[in-house]
Amino acid sequence: MKAWYFTEMPYPHLPPLDTISTMRVSLESKHFDPKIGADLYNRYLDEYMIADDAGLNMMVNEHHQTATCLDVAAPLSLAILARQTSKGEICILGNPVANRGDPLRIAEEMAMVDCISRGRLSAGFVRGVPYEIFAANTNPTQTVERLWEGIDLIQKAWTSHDEPFNFEGKFTQRRSVNIWPRPYQDPHPPIWLTGSSDFAGISRAAARGFVFATFLQPYEKVRQLFDAYRGSYRLNGQPGGGGTAFMPLVYVADTESEAEAGMKELLWYMLAKTEPQYRNPPGYVPVEFNVKALQGTYAGRTDAMRAQTLEFQREQGVVMYGTPDQVIAQIKRFYDLVGGFDHLLMMMQAGFLDHERTAKNIRLFAKDVYPAIKDLAGTKPLDLPIAAE
Amino acid sequence: MPTTAMNWVGAVVGDAQAHKTGWKIMSEFLTIQGMKVEVERMGSGSPLLVLLSEEAAFERTSPFIDELAKTHELIIPSAPGFGRSDRPDWISNPDDISYIYLDLVEKLGLKNIPVLGMSLGGWIAAEMAVKDDSFISKIVLVNPIGVKIGGPFDRDIQDIWTLHPTKVAELRYHDTDFGKRDYSSTPEDEVTIVARNLESFARYCWEPYMHNPKLKIRLPRIKVPTHFIWGENDGMTATAYGKAFSEQLPGATFSTVAKAGHYPQIEQPAAVLQQVKAFLA
Repeated sequence: MKAWYFTEMPYPHLPPLDTISTMRVSLESKHFDPKIGADLYNRYLDEYMIADDAGLNMMVNEHHQTATCLDVAAPLSLAILARQTSKGEICILGNPVANRGDPLRIAEEMAMVDCISRGRLSAGFVRGVPYEIFAANTNPTQTVERLWEGIDLIQKAWTSHDEPFNFEGKFTQRRSVNIWPRPYQDPHPPIWLTGSSDFAGISRAAARGFVFATFLQPYEKVRQLFDAYRGSYRLNGQPGGGGTAFMPLVYVADTESEAEAGMKELLWYMLAKTEPQYRNPPGYVPVEFNVKALQGTYAGRTDAMRAQTLEFQREQGVVMYGTPDQVIAQIKRFYDLVGGFDHLLMMMQAGFLDHERTAKNIRLFAKDVYPAIKDLAGTKPLDLPIAAE
Repeated sequence: MPTTAMNWVGAVVGDAQAHKTGWKIMSEFLTIQGMKVEVERMGSGSPLLVLLSEEAAFERTSPFIDELAKTHELIIPSAPGFGRSDRPDWISNPDDISYIYLDLVEKLGLKNIPVLGMSLGGWIAAEMAVKDDSFISKIVLVNPIGVKIGGPFDRDIQDIWTLHPTKVAELRYHDTDFGKRDYSSTPEDEVTIVARNLESFARYCWEPYMHNPKLKIRLPRIKVPTHFIWGENDGMTATAYGKAFSEQLPGATFSTVAKAGHYPQIEQPAAVLQQVKAFLA
C-alpha cells in the first residue's frame, strides 16, 4: 500500500462563521489577505517537502472560489513539487476535465510535469464536486459527457507520436493534435479517477486500468464501490492493474487525546459552510436522486456524515486518528472491511492546524505507521458481477 | 379542426385530471425527429397553442389553464425533457426545440392559430416565430426570457441557480407562497416529472444564461401582432427588461399585471386571462 500526503491548502482566517453564509463560491475575496495567503502557500509547500523527506508520496487537488482551498491551479503546485521534491511520487487528483474546457492543455501540462519529475506523476481526472460548477459555469447536466470526451482526447494525445490527428467531438474540436512534450512514462502516467456513486463510471475506469479513488465515505459504501471496481476487472477481461484509493482525515500523535485534538482541527474541512444551492445544481445527480431530494429524503452524503459524532466517523473509517498503533489498527480494519485497497490518501492538514503539528503528524505517520501498512497486498480482481449498473 | 391531420403513435388519458378540471384531458405522443413528444389537448373553442413555462408541472393543472380551456381548445406540448417528452442528447437549447415544435405544428396541420408562451415557453414561441410565423395569427408572451439586452457586465436576468433559494422565491413571486412546493406526499411519477423539468430547464438555459445571443437580432422578423404581458413585481426579469424585449418587435404591445412576479398566470390568473382574451378577441 502507498500512502499519500494531502492538504487542500485552506485559508481559515475568516470572519466569525456565524457572520458569513458560505465559505464557497460567493464569499467575497476581500476576506483574503494576500500577505497571509503568501505565507500559507509557502508553508503548505514546505509541508509537502517534509512529507517527501519523510518518505511519503504527495497528492494535490484544486477547487475554485473558495476559502477551503487555495490550490486553484493544481498543475502549478504539482509543477513546484515536481521540481522541488525528489523521492516521492506525485499525484494530481485531479484535473477537472469537465470544468477546464481545454483537455489538450491538460495533456500538455501533465506531460511536462511528468518529464520534470522524471516519471513520478500520476494524473488524475475528476468530474468536479457540485459547487465547482458555478466557478466554471459548466452546464451541470453535461459534466459526465465532458469528462469522458476529455479523457478520450487526452489519452489519444499522450499516445499518438507518428502524425497529428483529428478530433471533432461534441465539446472540443481540433484538426491537428500533436502535443509536445510526450509524457516521460510510457505509454503515459497512471490515470486515476474519482467517484462516489456512479457505477457506470467505475466500470469504465476499471476497464481502462485507471486507479479508482473515493473520499470520506463510510466503509460499507467504499466496499460497494471497490467491489464494483474489482468485479469489473473480470468482466472486462483484465488481469488486474489500476487499483483503488481511499481518503480519510488522518491525525497521528503520541497520545490519543493529542490525536483527538488534532482531528478536531481537521474537522474544520468537514464543517465548511456552503449555501444549499451550491450543493446540488440541477442535473448534477441523476433524476432519481433529485426525486428523493424533492421529497426531502436525500440531502447528499457529505451532509449525512458531517452531522455525525467523531466517534461514529472514526468507526466508519472517515476519520483515522490516535497513537501510531491505533492508526495502524484502524487502517488494517478498514482495509479488511473494504476488501483491501492500494492507496491511502491522507488529508493530514486542514483548517487552523499549524505548521508544527502538521509536520509532527506527517513525520510520526511516516516513521511509525507507514512501515506497518506498506506491505499490505494490493487490490485483487474479484469474481463478482458489478454491484449495480 | 386540427385533429384531422394527427399522426398519433400512442395515447394516455389523464382521468384523474379530467375529474379535477371538468375537461377531458387527452395526453398523447407524437414522434418528431425520432423523439417522443407529449401533447395534451383540453377544452373547446378556437384552437390555441400553449407553450408552458419551466413551472409546467404546476401550470398544467392551474386555474389559469382551466379557465382558458373554457373558451379555447388548448394544444399543450411538453418541451423535450419536460412532462413525458423525450430529451435526446442533441437538443441543447430553445433554438433546437423550436424546430421540433415547427414540425409538430406541421404534423397537426395547425393554421392561423394564436400562440401563447410563458417564460421559457415564450422564448420557444419567439424562436419558432423568427423562423416561421406563417401559421400564427397572434402571439402572446407572458414574461418571456430569451434575449440579452444589456452588455457583458449587466445582469439582465437574475441568477436563479447561484442565489439562495429563499431569495430566488422572492425574485420569482410577488407572494412567495405561490413558489412553495411540498412533494412529500406527491406520487413518485409526478415528482419525477418535476425533477426532469428542473434538470431540462438547466440543460437549455445554463449557458448562455437564459438567452440566445442571436435571438434579439432575429426578433424583427416576427410580423404577426404580438402582445407582451408582464408581472409588475418580477424580480427575475424586471419590467424594464420586458419593455426592452418587446421593443425589439416592431409594433408589439405591452401591458402589466399588478401583484405578480415572473409567473403572473399563476399568481393573477384572472387578470392575465382578461388581457389574453382582450388581445386575442
